[in-house]
Amino acid sequence: MVIYLIYIGVAIGLFAFAAVFALFAVYYERKLSAFIQDRIGPNETGKYGTLQTIADIVKLIQKEMINPTAVDKWLYALAPAVIFIAVYMGFAAMPWAPGLVPSKTNIGLYYIFAIISIETLGILMAGWGSNNKYSILGAMRSAAQIISYEIPAGFALISAVLICGSLDLQEISMQQGVLVKEQVKFLGIWDVTGMGGILSWNIFRAPHLIIAFVIYFIASLAESNRAPFDIPEAESELVAGFHTEYTGMRFGLVFLAEYSMMFLVSMIGVILFLGAWNTPLPNIGSIHLADWTTGTAWGIFWIFVKTLLLVTVQIWIRWTLPRLRVDQLMDLCWKVLTPLAFICMVVSAIWRVWVMN
Amino acid sequence: MLIKSTIDSLITSWKGLTLTFKHTFAFKKRKVIPIKAENYFERQNGTATIEYPEQQLPIPEVGRYQLDVEMDDCIVCDLCAKICPVDCIDIESIKATEAIGQTSDGTTKRLYAAKFDIDMAKCMYCGLCTVVCPTECIVMTNQYDKTVFELSDLVYEFSDMTREGADEKRALLEKQNAEKQAAKLAAMQKKND
Repeated sequence: MVIYLIYIGVAIGLFAFAAVFALFAVYYERKLSAFIQDRIGPNETGKYGTLQTIADIVKLIQKEMINPTAVDKWLYALAPAVIFIAVYMGFAAMPWAPGLVPSKTNIGLYYIFAIISIETLGILMAGWGSNNKYSILGAMRSAAQIISYEIPAGFALISAVLICGSLDLQEISMQQGVLVKEQVKFLGIWDVTGMGGILSWNIFRAPHLIIAFVIYFIASLAESNRAPFDIPEAESELVAGFHTEYTGMRFGLVFLAEYSMMFLVSMIGVILFLGAWNTPLPNIGSIHLADWTTGTAWGIFWIFVKTLLLVTVQIWIRWTLPRLRVDQLMDLCWKVLTPLAFICMVVSAIWRVWVMN
Repeated sequence: MLIKSTIDSLITSWKGLTLTFKHTFAFKKRKVIPIKAENYFERQNGTATIEYPEQQLPIPEVGRYQLDVEMDDCIVCDLCAKICPVDCIDIESIKATEAIGQTSDGTTKRLYAAKFDIDMAKCMYCGLCTVVCPTECIVMTNQYDKTVFELSDLVYEFSDMTREGADEKRALLEKQNAEKQAAKLAAMQKKND
């Protein structure tokens, strides 16, 4: 009985986290974009406009949910829920700190990759169900884009998985810090077991994982439909893409899913390449910086800060680079990222066999 | 070829990113300087936003924004209403029984303005009315911020006559007209006799 209550508690906690994060991420993005464009951004609602997104969400909740006559009722109503739940369920397998993970599965990464792909289904449902040409165009583009970019993202992740030898996210995290039980080498030459810190992060355990990380990061932008890969909702051509017809809280859910997705993909990147919840400070001689900054609270702090940094980079990129054309998008995916990711995977396998043993 | 374009795109992306990064931290509240200032166009850094109600761009005293009418100088000639391309000026005049006075430039006023309305919602700020005005009583001012809650509040009424006052003048005019008519009839009758 108690265990079910814990499950429900964890689920509600994760939902609350996703919602609160989305609220503040929207504010953060608006502020950051304003500064990038030499503007001020929201500054009237609350001190420095901090209450702006709360006011926005209050407005969204009050708004009427309009059902256009021509929509497919079931698909239209279910799509936002499917989109959000797909992203939200991804959080279930995310490790937050040593020993702190909502669901400790030994195929965590596989599960996350599978469940995130369900989002495409939701987007297709939204686009088809809306019975609107902009929506269906946006949905088709989104499906094409997400399915294409899953390949380089997958290969990039596999190259990290090959180095770690596990799909268990907690195990992968463990290997990138001071708590590791096996031997860890910096760039495959310098034994840093017990030193931890930034030296034992995956991107430094094997240098080609830096390339894999960049590939994953680019692909993750495409998977969360962020600029410069935001052709599914290209405002200037498709109104709002697949969520053109949505109003009120249904639109709110789609929005929530987008920002949760940003956090989720960044968190996967952090876990697989940037040392998960491990501290960036290594043990140097008798100064045990890594030991002092490892723990449950520290773990949550580090993974949150790192993820937030990646989210910042996502926002930064969005407000810098222009949108890619469809053919450029596919070019980049199939002609550049996929071969590179494949090479990374092969190098990983060789690294695992020849360097790590 | 592919490698070159990949490297090129990475380098150009990085250039763009550094540019936006610099702007992110170049936050400086905008100092409002008039367009006459010498370095007005050299101001490249800091925010571009003018926080409007608190900060305002200085405008010249002779700004050509909303219309204003100096009724004491108006001779109710109706020229402004005739030239107006959008017909936003509505004037109703009443002939006075005698000269009512003089404008500041010495023109004699012979008409009362029972109504002198300018519909600012229609006005397109072309300034033609100010050009044709013989006494230069209709002018454009430097006032540009006028927000109203009722659309009808955008119709500016410049006439200083009350309804009763206008009726009284009308009655006087009618009386004079009637007297004139009577005098005319009498004169014609005399002629016929």
